[in-house]
Amino acid sequence: MTTQASTTAYPSGAGGGEPLLSVRDLTVTFGRGGRAFTAVDHVSFDVQPGQTVGLVGESGCGKSVTSLAIMQLLPSRGNTVSGTVSFAGEDLLSLSDAQMRDRRGRDLAMIFQDPLSSLNPVVPLGTQVAEVLQRHKGMKNAPAQKRAAELLDKVGIPDPTRRLKEYPHQLSGGMRQRALIAMALACEPRLLIADEPTTALDVTIQAQILALLKELVQDSGTALIMITHDLGVVAGLCDEVNVLYGGRIVERAGRHDLFARPRHPYTGGLLASIPRLTEERGRRLTPVPGSVADNIPWDHGCAFAPRCASEIGVCRERTPELVPDRPELGADRLLRCHNPLESNPLDDAPTTEESGA
Amino acid sequence: MTTSTPTQPTADQALPDEDVLLDVRGLKVHFPIKKGVLIDRTVGHVYAVDGMDLQIRRGETYGLVGESGCGKSTFGRAVLQLEEPTEGEVLFDGTDLASLRGEALRRQRRHMQMVFQDPLGSLDPRQTVEQLLLEGMRAHGLADDAKAARARLSALLDAVGLPKNALSKYPHEFSGGQRQRVGIARALSVDPKLIVADEPVSALDVSVQAQVVNLLEDLQEEFGLTYLVIAHDLAVVRHISDRIGVMYLGALVEEADADDLYTSPLHPYTRALLSAVPVPDPTVEDTREQILLAGDLPSPANPPSGCRFHTRCPWRQATRCDTERPQLRVVDLPGTPAGHRVACHWAEQIASGELRPHDVDMELTDQTLTAGPVDTTLGAKGLTDTLP
Repeated sequence: MTTQASTTAYPSGAGGGEPLLSVRDLTVTFGRGGRAFTAVDHVSFDVQPGQTVGLVGESGCGKSVTSLAIMQLLPSRGNTVSGTVSFAGEDLLSLSDAQMRDRRGRDLAMIFQDPLSSLNPVVPLGTQVAEVLQRHKGMKNAPAQKRAAELLDKVGIPDPTRRLKEYPHQLSGGMRQRALIAMALACEPRLLIADEPTTALDVTIQAQILALLKELVQDSGTALIMITHDLGVVAGLCDEVNVLYGGRIVERAGRHDLFARPRHPYTGGLLASIPRLTEERGRRLTPVPGSVADNIPWDHGCAFAPRCASEIGVCRERTPELVPDRPELGADRLLRCHNPLESNPLDDAPTTEESGA
Repeated sequence: MTTSTPTQPTADQALPDEDVLLDVRGLKVHFPIKKGVLIDRTVGHVYAVDGMDLQIRRGETYGLVGESGCGKSTFGRAVLQLEEPTEGEVLFDGTDLASLRGEALRRQRRHMQMVFQDPLGSLDPRQTVEQLLLEGMRAHGLADDAKAARARLSALLDAVGLPKNALSKYPHEFSGGQRQRVGIARALSVDPKLIVADEPVSALDVSVQAQVVNLLEDLQEEFGLTYLVIAHDLAVVRHISDRIGVMYLGALVEEADADDLYTSPLHPYTRALLSAVPVPDPTVEDTREQILLAGDLPSPANPPSGCRFHTRCPWRQATRCDTERPQLRVVDLPGTPAGHRVACHWAEQIASGELRPHDVDMELTDQTLTAGPVDTTLGAKGLTDTLP
């Protein structure tokens, strides 16, 4: 990193250029020896400047651990992180703690799920937002406070000057999440990681926060990694979607492709599990049977095989690789499956195209 | 699901009596706000439930939706008399529960059970599934014959799709979905008529959610149950409910058959709520228009005057909205069935397009947000349901 906190706007969308973040074979193992558990297993993906990449999956699929590993926020004891995470040409995993601290909040920032526990309860909001500016931009207190007020205003917090003196408990959940976003954006980072940013919020507040994120990404050219279990959120926001299962990416596709033609049975199962506002009532949900506890280890075949409706003999013998799917679906479309779906499981269900609202 | 009688209620308020299992009239639950160290002074009230009228027919699933802090859970608890109502009647099968005390009330509880949101938190960690299930049955004299009780236990496990060996296990040995099945089995163990399910699937993973939703539907068909499902996920509620009530700050703002509510929402709040739900379809997401509400839910300790929603309403008018509290009423619109009721002064004009939405002043909603000293946390749900 020789350039100081760059403010250049990047062209949005995936270009052919150098990716901003390139994760290769990221593996996180908790514990050692016979009791070791691999939470993230050779995960690779790229994020282009201005792109929104989604990591989707259910609890225990490794999506949050992936983000913590990128941010180097995992405790140093008791786990092993391997692979490379190169951010603008530099491997984050090889940096010292002090070097990483310089980048966190300045070049990459994170928004967490629970805004109350991510804010310090005994420090006024203004001090918390200004702290980032003072640490990374060397601003004095007074201008930092002024800038903090501007930031709060930008994320849609009314009367920001008064809010600077307030404590986190005095704000509502939506306001807290906005404040957290303001902190994350204070130094105009080039990469923002949002870990379930709206899961703790109500739908109307969720809609506000998602609209805000979308606007910020478009205006500033910030790249965004969106971690969520909600396929609805993905459908509206992400350019590219990675579906994770058992610590590995099982399918990667552009969002239109993924929803129109899910190829992995897990993706198809997830889509068929959710009731939709736009379909006829009365369709019986077709859930994925079992739970993540039924998984088999990846080295004995496909972890999803015990729950999979399309399971064939080879699924429990050979580990499927993440390879480009059929060429007519494009080169960016990756799949890890021996027996992929041929048709969208929702196609035989009656659906209406128009939104109910 | 569709086992309820297809007859539409003809009158505005009352349904035919023999059909109604639960009849709630003017229910209010107000919690006092106390201050002072030695002497408790009541300095105000949180108007959690403030005038709810609601009827549920036998065999029907009634969905109650609303955002956190709107009072939907308190309402569910008050129906079961787990929360003492401040005012109002709860007629269950003709008996007014609010007037019952002690043993008489305890006997009634057999007929109404609850399924809680957090399956781990609502099961005793030191009881096996067998003990959990038998406790309720013993309390109501259903386990006097040990042999019959055993047969019933295995029938219950069978019904909720748990293996036989589950009886000797403890709650922590199960996955989230299985725990919720235990919770449902416990509710079923005393053979109830009404089950109040408070966010039964919101703590579960998407794929498991669908399993539990299907299970609830199957059980209803098998045992002829009546459900009151309380949830914030509109897609789930629409999927399982016959009729839906939308709550805002302690009262219903709209009530309709599930399909009517989603195809032609009449209340501005229902419209905003429906448009805010993310749809897992990129084509729909790209084209649809969202109604973004400004600000947060006002404090229930200091609710806005007139229509509770007027501080955030994009259709707010200069007159009536802030002074006169609208009651649920049938609107005079072609094609709107009598069962579709809405609490809005301007529902007809909004539906016909005569009134257009306008911007809402953010400052206005902000005032109400910080007015009360108590409950600024209400915009966010508790930690328990933030699990993906």
